[in-house]
Amino acid sequence: MTETLLFLHVLAAFFIVAGVVVYSAFVLGGPVNRLARTTGEVLWGVGGLGTLVLGIWLALDIDGYEIWDGWIIAAILLWVLATGAGSQVSRSVQPRDDDSAVALPTAVVAAHWARTLLVIALLVVMIYKPGA
Amino acid sequence: MMESLAAVRPDDWNLPLLLHVLGAMTLVGALVLATASLAATWRRGSHVLTRLGFRALLWAAIPAWIATRVGAEWVADEEMIPSDDPPSWVDVGYQVSDPGLLLLVVATILTGIGARRTARDTGSAVGLDRVATVLLAISLVTYLVAVWAMTTKPD
Repeated sequence: MTETLLFLHVLAAFFIVAGVVVYSAFVLGGPVNRLARTTGEVLWGVGGLGTLVLGIWLALDIDGYEIWDGWIIAAILLWVLATGAGSQVSRSVQPRDDDSAVALPTAVVAAHWARTLLVIALLVVMIYKPGA
Repeated sequence: MMESLAAVRPDDWNLPLLLHVLGAMTLVGALVLATASLAATWRRGSHVLTRLGFRALLWAAIPAWIATRVGAEWVADEEMIPSDDPPSWVDVGYQVSDPGLLLLVVATILTGIGARRTARDTGSAVGLDRVATVLLAISLVTYLVAVWAMTTKPD
């Protein structure tokens, strides 16, 4: 049971990073295609929900981890911030029928790279588990 | 198992593990981006999407594959995993990543030829894109197996 939860939790984290990679292409001036954009959205959404729900489930399931551990609280905080930045980017990047690139406002570009750094920080916290 | 999952790793393992995991996640993301872009060209062809698929593979997936593999060797060295008789979950990693590189290189070459062909307007890239999409989809399935093996560590 715990192994399955851990697999799904890590898989959800792969989805999050995949969503960030897809959006990075758009922010860097790549064509915003409907299929690619939808794929990025689904990965980001499913990955975000999956990491949070399964992560909390794991924290409750594994002896030695508690939901109020500092590194788990830090991870949840980073998740909330990344989700907030991501929602701003999602609203602004809309597909074009001719698959052309989208000129994005500076604030949206900044929000995307902030989200990227927050996701990397989340991964660092998950691996280093500071204070555990 | 619960105890081993909850155990905190030695600090020396964290940096190579971070490189390995971040590389693998970026690799999968780049493969997803390329697969979605190339799949979108199947019906009518699109130079910009073929080029996006090619660039995703060349600029993101191949460097990420290298980071993943360097991180894997580094963390295996830190953990003193025997290279001549590795545990089965490490073996799965090798069995997935080596053929994965071959598929990745072939798909990159195909999309590169396709992007060049469409840029010069000397032909269609749809056939090449279709083959590359299938190769990348196969890669993604095998990487799913690798993620399962790495996280559950079956005997």
